[in-house]
Amino acid sequence: MRVFTAVIAIATGVLILFGYFFESFALVQSLLLNWAIILASVAALVGIFNLTVVHMDKIRRGEKGGIYSALLVIGLVGTLGFGILLRPQHSAMQMVLNGIIIPAEAALLGLLTISLLYAAIRLLRRRPDMMSIVFLVTAALLFLGSATLPFGDIPLFGVLIRPWVSQVLALGGARGILIGVALGTLTTGLRVLFGVDRPYGGR
Amino acid sequence: MIALVVKLFPLIIILVAAILLLALTLWKRNSPAKLRDIPALTRLYRMLGLSVEDGTRLHISLGHGSLLDARGGSALAGLATMRIIAEKTSVSDMPAVASSGDPVLGLLTQDTLQAGYQAAGVDEFYSHTTGRVTGLTPFGFAAGAMHISRNEKVSTTVMLGHFGPEAALIADASDRESLTLIGASDNLSGQAVLFANTQDALIGEELFAAGAYLGAGAAHTASLTVQDVLRWLVIAALLGGAAIKLLGTI
Repeated sequence: MRVFTAVIAIATGVLILFGYFFESFALVQSLLLNWAIILASVAALVGIFNLTVVHMDKIRRGEKGGIYSALLVIGLVGTLGFGILLRPQHSAMQMVLNGIIIPAEAALLGLLTISLLYAAIRLLRRRPDMMSIVFLVTAALLFLGSATLPFGDIPLFGVLIRPWVSQVLALGGARGILIGVALGTLTTGLRVLFGVDRPYGGR
Repeated sequence: MIALVVKLFPLIIILVAAILLLALTLWKRNSPAKLRDIPALTRLYRMLGLSVEDGTRLHISLGHGSLLDARGGSALAGLATMRIIAEKTSVSDMPAVASSGDPVLGLLTQDTLQAGYQAAGVDEFYSHTTGRVTGLTPFGFAAGAMHISRNEKVSTTVMLGHFGPEAALIADASDRESLTLIGASDNLSGQAVLFANTQDALIGEELFAAGAYLGAGAAHTASLTVQDVLRWLVIAALLGGAAIKLLGTI
C-alpha cells in the first residue's frame, strides 16, 4: 500500500511539474489541480470535525481551559446550524460575521502591536548581540522616518534615510532571504518527488 | 531555439538539482554529516531528549501555509522535521502535539505523526487528537495554538512553516509560560517577528535545515549541499549579470 501511494504521489508531482513546461501536459495538470482543490475543500470539513473532536475531548476530561473549549463548540455548532438554516447571506449571519468574527480578529491585531513592542523591548535582554542592535536601530530609523510627528518630519529621515534603508539595505537582504527560501523549497520538493520524504503516510 | 532554452531553463535547473541530490545522497549515505553549528537547532535537539525525561511535551506548529501554492515548501519541511520529532518523542508520557492552520496540512500532520509512531514501533500509542487544525484564518489559527502552549504541559514550542505577523501571538503565549521557543518562517514579516521573539533565531533557508540537524538521513544532508551549490551559482549569475551590465554601459 505504501509503495502504491508513493507511486501515485510521485507520478502526480511529475505530471504537474511537466505541465508548467510542456503544453501537452497542461490539461492533465489542470485536471489534477482541480481534483486537489476539491479534496482540499473536503479536508476543510475534516479539519472542522477534528477541531470539534479535540475540544469535546477536553470538555469530557475536564481539562484546564475546558470552558473555552465549551464556548468554541457551542459557537461552532450554533454558527454552522444557523448558517445552514438561514444561509450565509442572511442579515443575522452577516451580523455574526461583522459583529463578532471581524472585531475579534481586529482585537487580536491590536494585541499583536503590543506583543511586538514588548518583544522589541525584551530583545536586548534575551539576545544582547550586534544583530539585535542592528535590528532595533533599523526599526527605529524606519519608525522615525514614517511616523507623523507633532513638530513635523525630522530632516533627512523621511526623504533620504528611510527610503535608503528600506529600498536598498532591507530589500537587498529580503531578496537574499527569499532566494535562500526558494532553494530550500526546491530541494524539499525534490525529496518529496523522490519519495524520500513522504508526508502521506510512509515509514 | 533561444526561446525554447529560456522556457526550459527552470526545468534544467530542477534536473541539475535532482541529479546532484541523488548523487550526493548516494555518496554521503555512509559518512557522518558535517554540519556547521546552528544554535537554535542544537537547542531543539537537546530539548527533544529533555522533554522525554521531564515529562513535558513539544508543541510543533506548522503554520497556515497551503500545500496548493508556493508556501507549501516550508510546510513540507516542517512536516519532515515533525516526523523525526514524533518518532523520538512517541514513547514519552507526554507525546508531541502539532497544530496547523490549513485543513490539508492538518490531514498530513496526522498522517506524519502516525508514521513517526509506526517507525518507533509504538503505533498503538498514537492518538489522532495530537494533530490539530486550530483555526482556518491566520489569527484564528494563532488563537488556537496559543491555547495549546498555555494549557498542555508544553516545554518547547517549535514553529516551522508559513507564519505571518500573527506568529508574535504564539511566541508571546510561549514566553509568558517561560517555554523554549524555536521558530522559522518563509514569510519575511513572520521571520522578523520570530527573530525578535526567539532565543536563537533561524534565518531564511535554515528553516529547511532542521531535518538534517535532527538526523533525518543522508538525503536531508545532501539537500543542504545542493542548496549551497545552487547558492554559489546564483551568486555567480548575479555578479556576472552586474558585470555584463556595467561593461555594456562603459
